[in-house]
Amino acid sequence: MIKEPVKVKDLPAAIRTGNFDEVVLGYGEEEALAEAGRCLQCKNPVCSSGCPVGIDIKKFIGQIVQKDYAGAYFTIREKSNFPAICGRVCPAEYQCRKACILTKKGSPFASQQAINIHFLERFVGDYGKSHNLDVPVQREEQLAKSKVAVVGSGPAGLCCAGELARKGIKVDIFESLHKTGGVLRYGIPPFRLPWEVLDFEINYLKKIGVNFTTNFLVGKAKSVKELFSEGYAAVFLGLGAGVPSFLGINGESLCNIYSVNEFLTRVNLMSAYKFPQFHTPVNIGKNVLIVGGGNTAMDSARVALRLQKLQGYPLNTTVIYRRTEVEMPARRLEIEHAKEEGIKFEFLVQPKEFIGDEQGFVKKLVCLRSELGEPDASGRRRPVVIPGSEFELDCDLCVIAVGLAANQILINATPELKTDKYSDVVVDAETMESSISGVFAGGDIVGGEGTVIEAMGMAKKAARSIIGKLSKK
Amino acid sequence: MKILNKRTINDVGGVKITQLDILSADIAEKALPGQFVMLMVSEQGERIPLTLVHTDKVKGVVSLMFQEAGFTTQSLGRMQPGESLYSLVGPLGHPTEIKNFGKIILVGGGVGIAEILPVARAFKDAGNQVITILGSRNKDLLILETELRNASSELFVMTDDGSYGQKGFTTDKLKELLSKDKYDLIYAVGPIPMMQRVAAVSKEYNTKTLVSLNALMVDGTGMCGCCRVTVDGKVKFSCVDGPDFDGHSVNWEELGKRNKAYTIQEKHICKLSTQILK
Repeated sequence: MIKEPVKVKDLPAAIRTGNFDEVVLGYGEEEALAEAGRCLQCKNPVCSSGCPVGIDIKKFIGQIVQKDYAGAYFTIREKSNFPAICGRVCPAEYQCRKACILTKKGSPFASQQAINIHFLERFVGDYGKSHNLDVPVQREEQLAKSKVAVVGSGPAGLCCAGELARKGIKVDIFESLHKTGGVLRYGIPPFRLPWEVLDFEINYLKKIGVNFTTNFLVGKAKSVKELFSEGYAAVFLGLGAGVPSFLGINGESLCNIYSVNEFLTRVNLMSAYKFPQFHTPVNIGKNVLIVGGGNTAMDSARVALRLQKLQGYPLNTTVIYRRTEVEMPARRLEIEHAKEEGIKFEFLVQPKEFIGDEQGFVKKLVCLRSELGEPDASGRRRPVVIPGSEFELDCDLCVIAVGLAANQILINATPELKTDKYSDVVVDAETMESSISGVFAGGDIVGGEGTVIEAMGMAKKAARSIIGKLSKK
Repeated sequence: MKILNKRTINDVGGVKITQLDILSADIAEKALPGQFVMLMVSEQGERIPLTLVHTDKVKGVVSLMFQEAGFTTQSLGRMQPGESLYSLVGPLGHPTEIKNFGKIILVGGGVGIAEILPVARAFKDAGNQVITILGSRNKDLLILETELRNASSELFVMTDDGSYGQKGFTTDKLKELLSKDKYDLIYAVGPIPMMQRVAAVSKEYNTKTLVSLNALMVDGTGMCGCCRVTVDGKVKFSCVDGPDFDGHSVNWEELGKRNKAYTIQEKHICKLSTQILK
């Protein structure tokens, strides 16, 4: 008989909605030991096959059982650069936990019974952080003569920089915003990923010699070509997917209709929730609607709810999604947290048109009801609008969270760089090298919107190719 | 990002216009007329866009000119030479298309006059005949008249009260010019109502009109869509698709309303800051 999963402690919903503190408190040692003890230590483990970077999950959980937490940390670090980050943001229920033998066959995501691998990873990551466990630099003298430019300081850029710097290569990261971290800073709210966790990883990179230049937009202030002429032996593009999609319906440019990026950037990066102490404003409303079913939709819903509470509004934030809960691409944990916090959901609803007042502020969203039809290209059943089902929802603030596309500035400034129909950078799948020799790419700029760990996988691959290329010189 | 010089261009009747010369070799090296920067005064600050009014490649210096109208521009105006901005990134946006169009009318209103100066100089250098119309509430509020006179073959000043030049709006002069002669391009920068009126007049005369839009922005690099503007029925981002657009195709009403989305917060923070300064 397998024991029940060890529940992770959360800040109670009534408290956490009034602040931006981290919601998941994580396992303590006893809890981690109990959860690790549930692992069957399968003879032929399948969990690792679900991990985009192939972490030896069985091994690190075994090390937790042995109380060899440092050993567990280094086991994860062999494959993943940021255990404390991935343990917090990885959609484990679609990856390792789904692959776990304890997940029911055919389930669309991990069963409750599956080992809480992500919470164990976080426990180990935080142990490494609090014990300053640094992975040693393996400086190679020949490589130490080269320098590489990394464009973008999001997950892909940070990971690639770390891999290169550990070999002694001089790495300069160029970031266009005033703070580093990319989507980890501007996109993911601090209640999911506290800045100190991110800063720990960034400080580690600084410690091993990575140089960060913020406020620098490659493609405008300098071209890729100029980077090479300045002596960079290779360039890694971790540009990210930062261009917000809109619905393309009438009234979408009314005031108080935000793209998910604008809403989250104002609140996360610019700390608008601390206005006027911080000077960037953000609006909030009585009837907030969030359109979308992914992680950014959950993040913006939970941010909106917190703003309502901080401003003394009754809590009234509703997520509108065109399919049903099962098809939502968001992490199950975020959906659960959102529900606990009091976020409402309207499924099988398709926005049709926004209606505003004379001052140009949104007042209503006209919607249509749908039903699920045949599966589409994504394998999920396509929502089909029910004729005559039109209805109105009160809406004085709306966040559109329906997807993000590739950042275009550098791409437009670099016509030799081959892109696909989504404007993503085309790379060789083995080397991650683009159509320009010496220019590599990874993360969302290659695969479209993905996860931190997928970005890391690509960045590591690119780093290996860059190291290989530099070693031959 | 260090401020080298500070100059008060004008300070009358509650209208204060300030110029800052800032050290930024990378931006100075690449900036072209019509482009802008995003800046932050402090770590707690807002990111605001400002058009570059002058760049000196040799010295690596960029110049910004702004009216101390809101909280952030007032904070910026309080900065002193020797101090550094918290953040400065650029050059952003597409440069203005500079070529020999032929005969061009430039229309500048308020602090928008500062923004047409680099464009006027570039148009003149490209061989255009540049006629400039400047609009101001009164004589005292007019800025950069000499600089723009030097960059233009003809210059007209219009004041609301007739205290200088001719009494009337820039559009009165524009109408007069367009009714007498044919022009190849009109380029206008100023308050939204002025640009809207310029576009309405020039449309009657079927004359191509470019405007540089001052939409609200957050990142300024195409990632948030705060600056979206409807042009010819399509949603564009001012920061990466502009800031110059065809004035006849801009949905002015929408832009005017969107730029007022935070007036309540602006009033609040300005009130707080005056209390603190007192």
